This record gives sequence, structure tokens and C-alpha cells, in this order.
Amino acid sequence: MGKHIGKSVKRVEDPRFLQGQGKYVANIKLPNMAHVAVLRSPHAHAKINSINTAAAKALDGVIDVFVGQDLIDGGVGKMPVIWQVPDNKIPDRWPLTPDKVRHVGDSVAAVVAEDPYIARDALDLVEVDYEALEATTGAKATTEDGKPLVHDEIENNISFKWGLGDREACDKAFEEADHVVKLDLINQRLIANAMEPRACAAQWIASTENMTVWTTSQNPHIIRFGLSAVTLPMLDEHKLRVISPDVGGGFGSKIFHYPEEVIVPWIAKKINRPCKWVATRSESFMTDSQGRDHVQNCKLALKSDGTITGLYVELHADMGAYLSSIAPLIPTVICITLFSGLYKNPGIWGETTGTLTNTVPVDAYRGAGRPEASYLLERIIDVAAKELGMDPIEIRRKNFIGKDEFPYQTPVAFLYDSGDYHAMFDKLEENANYQGMRSAQASAKEEGRLVGIGVSGSVEASGYGPAATVGALGFYGGMWEHGGIRVHPTGKVTAFTGSHSHGQGHETTMAQIVADKLGIEVADVDVVHGDTDLVTQGMGTYGSRSVAVGGEALSNAAKTIRKKLVTLAAHLMEVSEDDLVYDDENGSVQVKGVPDKSKAFGELAFAAYSGHSLPEGMDPGLETSAYYNPGNFTFPSSAHLVQVEVDKDTGEIEIQKFVAVEDCGNVINPMVVEGQILGGIVQGVGQALYEHGVYDDDGQLVSGSMLDYTMPRADNFPMIESDRIETPSPSNTLGVKGVGEMGSITSPPAVVNAVVDALSDYGVKHIDMPLTSEKIWNILQTNGG
Amino acid sequence: MTHTISMTVNGNNCTGEVESRTLLVDFLRDHLDLTGTNIGCDTSQCGACTIMMDGSVVKSCTALAVQADGSEITTIEGLATNGELHPLQQAFWDEHGLQCGYCTPGMIMAGVGLLGDNPNPSESEIRHCLEGNMCRCTGYQNIVKAVQTASQSMEGGA
Repeated sequence: MGKHIGKSVKRVEDPRFLQGQGKYVANIKLPNMAHVAVLRSPHAHAKINSINTAAAKALDGVIDVFVGQDLIDGGVGKMPVIWQVPDNKIPDRWPLTPDKVRHVGDSVAAVVAEDPYIARDALDLVEVDYEALEATTGAKATTEDGKPLVHDEIENNISFKWGLGDREACDKAFEEADHVVKLDLINQRLIANAMEPRACAAQWIASTENMTVWTTSQNPHIIRFGLSAVTLPMLDEHKLRVISPDVGGGFGSKIFHYPEEVIVPWIAKKINRPCKWVATRSESFMTDSQGRDHVQNCKLALKSDGTITGLYVELHADMGAYLSSIAPLIPTVICITLFSGLYKNPGIWGETTGTLTNTVPVDAYRGAGRPEASYLLERIIDVAAKELGMDPIEIRRKNFIGKDEFPYQTPVAFLYDSGDYHAMFDKLEENANYQGMRSAQASAKEEGRLVGIGVSGSVEASGYGPAATVGALGFYGGMWEHGGIRVHPTGKVTAFTGSHSHGQGHETTMAQIVADKLGIEVADVDVVHGDTDLVTQGMGTYGSRSVAVGGEALSNAAKTIRKKLVTLAAHLMEVSEDDLVYDDENGSVQVKGVPDKSKAFGELAFAAYSGHSLPEGMDPGLETSAYYNPGNFTFPSSAHLVQVEVDKDTGEIEIQKFVAVEDCGNVINPMVVEGQILGGIVQGVGQALYEHGVYDDDGQLVSGSMLDYTMPRADNFPMIESDRIETPSPSNTLGVKGVGEMGSITSPPAVVNAVVDALSDYGVKHIDMPLTSEKIWNILQTNGG
Repeated sequence: MTHTISMTVNGNNCTGEVESRTLLVDFLRDHLDLTGTNIGCDTSQCGACTIMMDGSVVKSCTALAVQADGSEITTIEGLATNGELHPLQQAFWDEHGLQCGYCTPGMIMAGVGLLGDNPNPSESEIRHCLEGNMCRCTGYQNIVKAVQTASQSMEGGA
């Protein structure tokens, strides 16, 4: 722990949010601004015979109406897929589809009007002659012969197949196994529902050919590159400024390059007026890339004592109608690499088939592939424990990677950096009073109550990621991060990070890192992010990478500043640098053993800018820029214990106790870390109990509003008991691991395990998420005897 | 058809011309430039647009601007007095009751309404009261704590 690192510093960004001064894209108002609305397909699959825009154009207040061909003729490019796996078939996707719609919500036309109400009125006047086609749905079913093709050129709707592991060792494990557990699972479709709907605004300055785009993105620099290199190639990258100001939550859904980010600036340039588009929530439901949607067929091989020897998994992942920006990554590289979990398991093989359906595209959603891995593993181990008559914690402990076995090479590519899974579960059992919970459960059962206890543990790869590794695995860019520090002449500091905060609190945590490394106060550091003109470069925030990669970049930048301060102080005091010490308490540089002979931080900053007396070869000024390319991922881990009670009459599930222990290495701000954990847990419980993006056979999104899609609410939860252990990561100098996604990775299997445990007397082996009361009630009626 | 409406918003008299269909939240945001009140959904589920109208908690996406004619409105911008945060704003800050900040204005207004009706709510009353306000970031726990903290500090200050 340093002067600031490790302290629960209250967030510096909060006062503006608390007083209604958040700078969200929807709030942008520019002189002469026009408003864009996008016409969405009501069909899941249909040919567009013609589009008549005359009536819409004639409406008073409408400036113009554009269709797909207008944009193609106007030079737009196809939407890019920037993470690809070998031999994947990439379907064409245009910002506005010119000929065929392939999911409900597919973009068909764009209206620009003087007023947002008029723009939406005009949508109703656009006449589209659709020829409805049969739709295909279902991750696995869509590959059957005779199913309609989402894209004519992609046979059997299969975009890719990708496998990883030691197939030979896996086969051998099953041949020699004492016990084999089989489990078929569905990891259902989810909808991210960040509270701020997506939005985009753009301003074109014709005289200088400068474009500014404001967008609700987790990674504005990547959007700038995507626009200037691919989708709007008429824009030059150096004259294109992309700003993602305050962004109201992302959870992965705001990583991707979206059609509206092309449509809005294209129209702004075309009509030479600033334009803005703000999604309605209904549009969010049918256009934000969605999450999960796997059919998983799994087998686990064990010895009779519970030792795990093999895991075999066949995955079918529904990618929706098009491949979203990094979609091929999610059910492949980022998922199968975590099939080892917390355990030693020599015989792992996983294979994914990525399929296309007439549904909204699927991509990263909080956890992104890792919850899918954790869920199947933690469920099948629980089933194994039941079948072998073992306690669920006992079987897990039997297979843990020991704390002395790190770094640990799994058979699925990753080299785990550090962890102490037994210590984590020790704390879990102690905090929860596990034995006491089991006794209470036994008493409850005697009273005829359906009380269940569920446990799960998981590890994830965070801090994405080493540039060469992610490049080899299919990413078009690098996953380094950039950090810049500008010390002003008065000694105040602006820090620039390529990470992006959309709720994570970087303006505080990054300031803590910089202040700590420079020995100054947090209040003297202002953190700038989310603006490509202000921040030199950046890769943005996803994959729980910001502090492990972005924080490390800033830490490295601070080291360069310190070095210059020491050299300058040595020159000014006419002593050798070896005789100086940097005071971490106040940022001054002192002569060793002579504290009153020193130069204050601000004094040195001013000297650097005055330039009156600098050592030979030193340039004036005091600012620097650093890139950090991580050497490895970081591997946080987590353990959850849940107690539920099922209401026999209604099937309703009550969470009575939720205990969590996480290990995200060293911690910059414990308050912020706990906030991430709590939020992640609740989002994961949302998947376990409530949330489901439901499509009918015709590809209609049945749960297409917040009335129909059940979000977790305040009254669904008790107070969650959250605690941590710390095994520092050796992958970076801060010793940190990612934390943003852990909660949502570990909690779904814990909750399902608990409910299955509660229903153990009903012969229940497995229930697919979400565990709605209706589903549980039906089980109670059918199996109740 | 347009209507001339006037109302008191955060203590200021405001007048505007609106269509019959103009939503109150759009009047506040687009006509009065009070963008602190956010829009999170179109089915009045999420509560991001929650304000106080004549002392009652209202989802401003569910009310027409004309319905607010002659009323007294308080939005998130009107909660702090003389630069001093309202005790609930302060408690949200102290308890880390917000992350992305998008649901925060509505959540705070709902909380202010609750504490006005029930100065000492139980945990379960707080959770029940806030079920009409969605938050995707915090898991609600620190929001509940913030309301509890504000309840205590307001009682102490009274």
C-alpha cells in the first residue's frame, strides 16, 4: 500500500453525476443541429423489393431521407470484424442494408429532420416493400439441412469452427475414467441494457475538412481507426476526432463499431450540419449486440475419488445475423482457454461452431466467453459431486491448482500467473459459516422447506492482453495501452489515459496511481480520457484491462517524470543524482540525509518550464508519454457461496445469503473494487434467475422491452457479503488483476447450483437459466409426486 | 397544435411552447436545457427520468409537458442548495452509490421522495421503494446504504 494506492478515496467524478452534470452524448446540443432517426426492420428475414421515401421527404421539417444504396454510392465501407478466427466466413454488413433484412431491427433507412419528433414521424412514412422470408433461429438448429440461409454464400449457416486443447489426452481420459458425467446446457441469450442507450452526434467543418464524432463507446480510438480506415474512408484519421464523454455503462455492448457511428457522420457531412441520433430503449433491444447464447454439450471424466482427468465440450454459439466487431473471439479464444478453471485437468478439449441466425448479432457482454466457460465447468463439477456423493467444496478442493504450482500451464494455452484457491475457499467457508449453513439447511429440510446451498469458483483471464499473443489469436490491433503525464508549471498534473471509464471510476483510481508514483496529492491530478484529440492513442476498456494495462502505462510514465525531476534537481543543487532521494510523501527531491536541502515538486516543475538552468542536453518542459504492452494476462479468481429458498407454492426463489471472496491481486481503491464486485454479482444473478432474450421461431424478439425482459431490481437481493484475498500478480509492477467481470462470471453457477441443491429431492439434475418461478413451479408440480 | 405552458422548475418560473405530445422529460431536457434528468427507456420501467412534481415522485417520460402546466417541479439540478449537496446526494457519494451515473439523478429523486414520506425506512422498504428504478452498475447495495445513511444524517440534522 502506498500513500494513495490501497485507500478508498471517494470518487472525484461523482459531484458532476450527483448534480445532473454528466456529459452524456444525448445532452449534446450544437447550433443548427439536425436529428437522425433510423428505420428498423420489423421482419427477421425479408427481401427489400423497393423503398419509397417520397412521402417521408415531403413531411414538413424533414431535411432528407437516405437508404442503403445512397450510403454505398457515397463511399461508406462495410462494417469490419476486427477479431477473426481462421477460416471464418464473414458475411457482408452495410451500415444501412441495401437489399435484404436479416434480423428484427436491421437498419433500412435514415431520416434527418429539424426535430427528433418529426424524424420519428417520418419513419412511419417510409414505404418499404418487403418480401418476407422464412427465418432461422437456434444456435444448433440453424445448422440443419434445409434451414433458410441467413447469407446465401454461407453454407449451413456455419461461420466458423474452432477447437483448442489436447484431444489425445482428452480421449485417453475418457477411455480410462472411473466415472463420466454428461451434461447438456443452454447459456441463454442476454441483452446488456446499459442504462444509457447508445447515441451518436457528429459535426463536419467543411472549410477545414475536420469531423468530430461523439459516440457512446468504450474505446473511441478504435472507433476512430475503424471509421477512417474502413467505414468512412473519405475521412482522414488525423482530422477525425472521436469523443466518448461520460458513457452511462457499457458491459461490452459499447465496444463495437455500430452502423449509426457511420450513418450519423456521413449525413452530417452530406447535409453540412451537425447531427445527432439517440437510441430509444426499443432500438437498444434490437440493435445493441447481445450476449451469450450457447448450446453446450459437455462430458467430465473423473477417477472414483473425484480427481478430474478430462473435459470434453462441444459448443454451438449463435452469432446472430452478422458478425459483430469482435464476435468470433467470444465463444472461442476467450472461452475455451478457461475450461481448466481452478483445477488441474490434463485432458481438455473444446470445440466451437459459430453459427448464424436471423437474430440480433451476439458479441462480448460482461464476462464475454468466460461466464460461458465457468458456468459449464462449475455446473458439471457440481453434478459430479452429487453423483460421487461428495461435498461440492470437497471435490473442488481435491482438484485445485496449489498455490506453489504457479505459474501454472493449463492444457488450454494459458499460463496462470498467481493464486491461492485454498486460501480463497478457506475465507469463503469461514465468512459464510459453511458448516453452520449446512446444519441449518438440514433442519429446514426436516421442516419441509426447500433450502439449497450452492458454491462456485472461477478464474478468468483479464488485462487483455499481450499484443503479439492477441495478434496470433486473431485481433487486428495490439492490446497495449497508452498513458501520458503532463506536469504543469505550477506542479499540477494532467494524466491522459487510453482506457475509458464508463462507470469504473478511472478518474479516481488512475489519479491515485499517478499521485502515488509522483508523491503528490490526488486532488492535484486530473485524469483525461475518451477524446482522441486529447489522448494520443488508446485501446479502451473491456476485458478487465484498465488498471492492469492502462494503470501500468501511467505508472511507467510517472517513472520517466521522476527520473527527469531527479536529474534536474541534481543539476540545480549541484550534487550527484546518486546522492539524491525522491520523497514519495511530497514529491520533493532531497539530498540523502539532509532533508532541508531539497527541491519541491512545484519548484522543479517551474524550473523545467522556465528553462533558465537545465542540464546539458535536457529539453524544457515536463511531460511524457508511455506505451505499455503487457507480458501476460492476469488471472483473478473468485469464490461464491449462495443460500436460496424455493417457495413450494409459487416456485419463487429467494436469495437468503450471498457470500463472495475475490482475488484481484493488489487493489488500488477497495471501495471501487467492491463496487465492481457487487455490480457484477447482481448482473450474474440476473442471468441465473431473470434475464432472457427470447426469440420466437419467426425470429421475433419477444422480450424486446423492459416490460418483457426482466432486469434485476433492488428488491431481489439481500446484502451481499463481499471480501477479498490478495495474491499480487507478477504480470505487472502494480501487482493488480482485473476485477470488472469476476462477479458476473462466478455468480450464475453458484445460484443454479443452490437451486438444484434445494430441489435435490425432486430428482432434478439440471435446470437451464433463467430459473423463473414458472419453470420451478412446473418442476415442483411434475416431480412433486 | 401547440400550447403555452408555464411551471416552476427548481424555483424558477419557466414558460414554453410545446406540442400536445411533448413529453415532460423532453421539455425539461430540450426546452429548458436541464439535461440532468436522463432517459433510459420508453416503457416507464427504468426510472432514470424520475423527478418531483408538486411533491410527488413522477417518471417524467410518462407525463406530458402540458400535464405539468402550473406545477412545481424539482429536478436533480435543483437539489443542492447554495452549493451544498442534499444529504442524499452526499450519502450517494460517501457510500459509492453510483458508478456510471446515468441512473443516479432518477435514483436520488426517488430516494428523496421516499425519505419525504418515510424518514426512517427499513432496508426492505428502501428496496421496495426503489424497485421502479433500475441500475445496471452498482447491484443496488450501496444505493440502499446511501438511503440508510441519508436517513440517519437527515434525522440528526433535524
